[in-house]
Amino acid sequence: MHSLGARSPSIARTRTPGEIVAAATPTSQVGRRIVDRAFLGVCIAFTALAVLLLVVLVVSIWQDGHARLSWQFLSSFASRKTEEAGVRAPLWGSIWVCVICAVAALPIGVGTAIYLEEFSKRSRFRSFIQLNIANLAGVPSIVYGILGLTAFARAFGTANSESPITFGQPESFFYLQLPFGHGVLAGGLTLMLVVLPIVIVSSQEALRTVPASLRTASLALGATQWQTTWNITLPASIPMIMTGGILAMSRAIGEAAPILVLGVPLFIRSTPTNLMSDFTVLPLQIYNWSMRQQSGFHELAAAGIIVLLAVLLTLNALAVIIRHRLQRANG
Amino acid sequence: MNTPPNAPPPRNIDIKPPMTVGAPAVVVAPVADTEHIAIRAQGLDSWYGSVQALKGISLEIPKCRVTALIGPSGCGKSTFLRWINRMNDPIPGARASGTLTLHGDDLLSRSLDVVELRRRVGMVFQKPNPFTKSIYDNVAFGPRLHRSFRRTDLDELVENSLRAAALWDEVKDRLNSSALGLSGGQQQRLCIARAIAVGPEVLLMDEPCSALDPKSTASIEQLIRELETSYTIVIVTHNMQQAARVSDRTAFFFEGTLVECGSTDRIFTNPANKQTEDYVSGRFG
Amino acid sequence: MSNVAEISTATSRAAAANSRGTARSRAARIGTERVIRGGLLACALLSIVTTFTILAILLVQSASFFALPQVSAWEFFTGTTWAPLLGEEKHFGIWPLIAGTLLVTSIAAAFALPVGLVVAIYLSEYAPSRVRSILKPILEVLAGIPTVVYGFFALAVITPFLHDHVSESFGTFNALGAGLAVGIMILPIVASLSEDSLRAVPRSLRDAAFAMGGTRFDVSTKVVVPAALSGIVASWLLAITRAIGETMIVALAAGGLASMTLNPANEVQTMTAYMVQIFTGDAPAYGIEYKSSFAVATVLFVITLALTVVGNLFLRAFREEYE
Repeated sequence: MHSLGARSPSIARTRTPGEIVAAATPTSQVGRRIVDRAFLGVCIAFTALAVLLLVVLVVSIWQDGHARLSWQFLSSFASRKTEEAGVRAPLWGSIWVCVICAVAALPIGVGTAIYLEEFSKRSRFRSFIQLNIANLAGVPSIVYGILGLTAFARAFGTANSESPITFGQPESFFYLQLPFGHGVLAGGLTLMLVVLPIVIVSSQEALRTVPASLRTASLALGATQWQTTWNITLPASIPMIMTGGILAMSRAIGEAAPILVLGVPLFIRSTPTNLMSDFTVLPLQIYNWSMRQQSGFHELAAAGIIVLLAVLLTLNALAVIIRHRLQRANG
Repeated sequence: MNTPPNAPPPRNIDIKPPMTVGAPAVVVAPVADTEHIAIRAQGLDSWYGSVQALKGISLEIPKCRVTALIGPSGCGKSTFLRWINRMNDPIPGARASGTLTLHGDDLLSRSLDVVELRRRVGMVFQKPNPFTKSIYDNVAFGPRLHRSFRRTDLDELVENSLRAAALWDEVKDRLNSSALGLSGGQQQRLCIARAIAVGPEVLLMDEPCSALDPKSTASIEQLIRELETSYTIVIVTHNMQQAARVSDRTAFFFEGTLVECGSTDRIFTNPANKQTEDYVSGRFG
Repeated sequence: MSNVAEISTATSRAAAANSRGTARSRAARIGTERVIRGGLLACALLSIVTTFTILAILLVQSASFFALPQVSAWEFFTGTTWAPLLGEEKHFGIWPLIAGTLLVTSIAAAFALPVGLVVAIYLSEYAPSRVRSILKPILEVLAGIPTVVYGFFALAVITPFLHDHVSESFGTFNALGAGLAVGIMILPIVASLSEDSLRAVPRSLRDAAFAMGGTRFDVSTKVVVPAALSGIVASWLLAITRAIGETMIVALAAGGLASMTLNPANEVQTMTAYMVQIFTGDAPAYGIEYKSSFAVATVLFVITLALTVVGNLFLRAFREEYE
């Protein structure tokens, strides 16, 4: 029975914390310092690798493509002869599609954000929509392509695509037919679905930055919820909303998979003239050129990439400028 | 149209309560002349979810007088204030029962138009919260919501609202510059001007000086005394001296109940309730 | 300073000026408010309509695929041969496509998850603010590059490099080249989302660890990273979701041969690459191959949805802890 007494902490109790620490084997201070240093080395090496990859990417594409850059490249249509080929059709196609996407996605996205942040009480319904948007953001873009193909290009098969219902004249730019087919309108709306979650989430973040005290002040003056949103909340958050919107548009411009699923023709020698026009976009043209094994096409693809990156860079610069302008205006 | 909309009652009416001997638990001194009651609460209960914030508040607030609501943090005084212009509405789970009326109109009614109510009841908040607009647009914001004005009328309204808030002379040369350029005290007076411009009957002030330096505080306090002739003012404050300086009547809240209410002189010199006495003399809270 | 009389005059003048304005119609105000609220609600409902339309399309089309006499659901979910384009003997066993997707995703994850985390730790814990202010925009640029560019990069730079310097067995299309390119694509996602999580860890935790004599390494790896773990896991899951759903890189660089292989030098076909093959017109519309792509899309959708849901759960857990 007495041996059980050894279990009692009476021996340990006689030692002070200081004594216990002194009796323990010290870890090597030098070792710890070396680990610390080595880890910093790994950090810097990995970060440098990421930067290096970007440099290699940019340099290799520039080397492959810069010789093909010229006014002729921008103003010519695609061609089987590589020396005559250019990006006129996909460049204009990208612009058309991007404008349609912006016109559709920005109001709907900002509207959704306003509804969620300003108009809905914290209810189950609200968290359901919120969860749904978070999950939509994870849906692969090619799946949106399938949605666009079924809903926009084919109108769920409800209308006969051989003899579509038409509105207006083909000469006017808002000429419409049902189903849309694989025209720029279908392309722009499909991309709208892809970027909508991004626009919504970034607009929500923008609205949340507006201090609650401003909303309270406006409501206390007898403003309605919408008057408060329109006069106070939106003006205060518009620079951030615009920045998020432009970033979403650059995502849209870079998307190829959904457009590819729509089944746009691979070889186009015209620029869009109305909402139903056939089109292609820069990323898709780059894809087509990259897939070709014959000499000369890789250089075309690289040159196309340079044009695409230049467009994206312009958009981003625009975002920065708008943010600065509006911030100063809001003072 | 030259008479103010809220003609002040004669200054000499007796709003002092009859002295009660024997100190009952709750002393609610009736205001002598019921015609001059602006806001009346009877058995007002309020909850946030399952937490009861106000328990059976019965209180009368006289017209064109300053009434101070005092009490330790969480005693319900701000909750009471925010029911008067229904700013509790957006808070999830906030509800109230009992009666609360403004000149006889039921303030707790579901069908009450809160927009119209807030036109009648202005509010000034703890921290100055001017909009990121010009000084002029801050003041004109409220009137433009409710009415459409000719430019000259609006200019006159803005000028007089700023004059009423004793800010006109300081800002008349820079009406179009941003309101954020003003000092803290000026911003708070701008917020008062903004509330006045809507043409309210009542001004609610939720610790309007707690974010200000002593000098700005003094100017706001003076302004409150001067505005009293035109508006019914209800002010929540943590500062005993402030309550004593600016108010005619004081109501002491504790843990959701109204402990005592009466003329400020009496509450501070001869409170009927022990808790009130401890609080106003700084022994707790 | 003004006096009582002056202020009283001003208030009455303000009231008079106010009353000269024309009152706005209450009915119009309430009507406007209602219409606008309805419009905003319609916007918000669009996202729900989107989800349910995607689900409906995928389910209806998959059902019509499985209803075909040549197709068996059992073979689809268990078969290891994917040969939809052969004339007589078509086989629809999805595992080769899943294997191809997993191989490419694993390569990408093996590269991007550790590197991304280390970059995040460096940015959040070590980097001087000047270095950080240069690196953050570089990460943003990397994140903004369209994926087709990474596909070209895999085809034109990575694969030739692997062929010349690693092994002759790397052909024009191979899993490793595509996987690395996907890894480069998701690297900025991991790095910036993880960095957000690391920076959200309260300063007081770091101070406490430093005060006990911890080195920066100790503090970063034993205090900050464990505290931010759910956020880091979320960033990993969301990045893996992007890798699985990535289309253009694999369509360009991984090839078009559906095979059960673990050899990164081999050509593989992913689920997305198969869909591209079908929708770019190698198969007649409304044919059996065409319908099979919807079944593949359904599987892809279910996998990515599951990962997104779990990732968002981790993200929410993290936010509840620190926000």
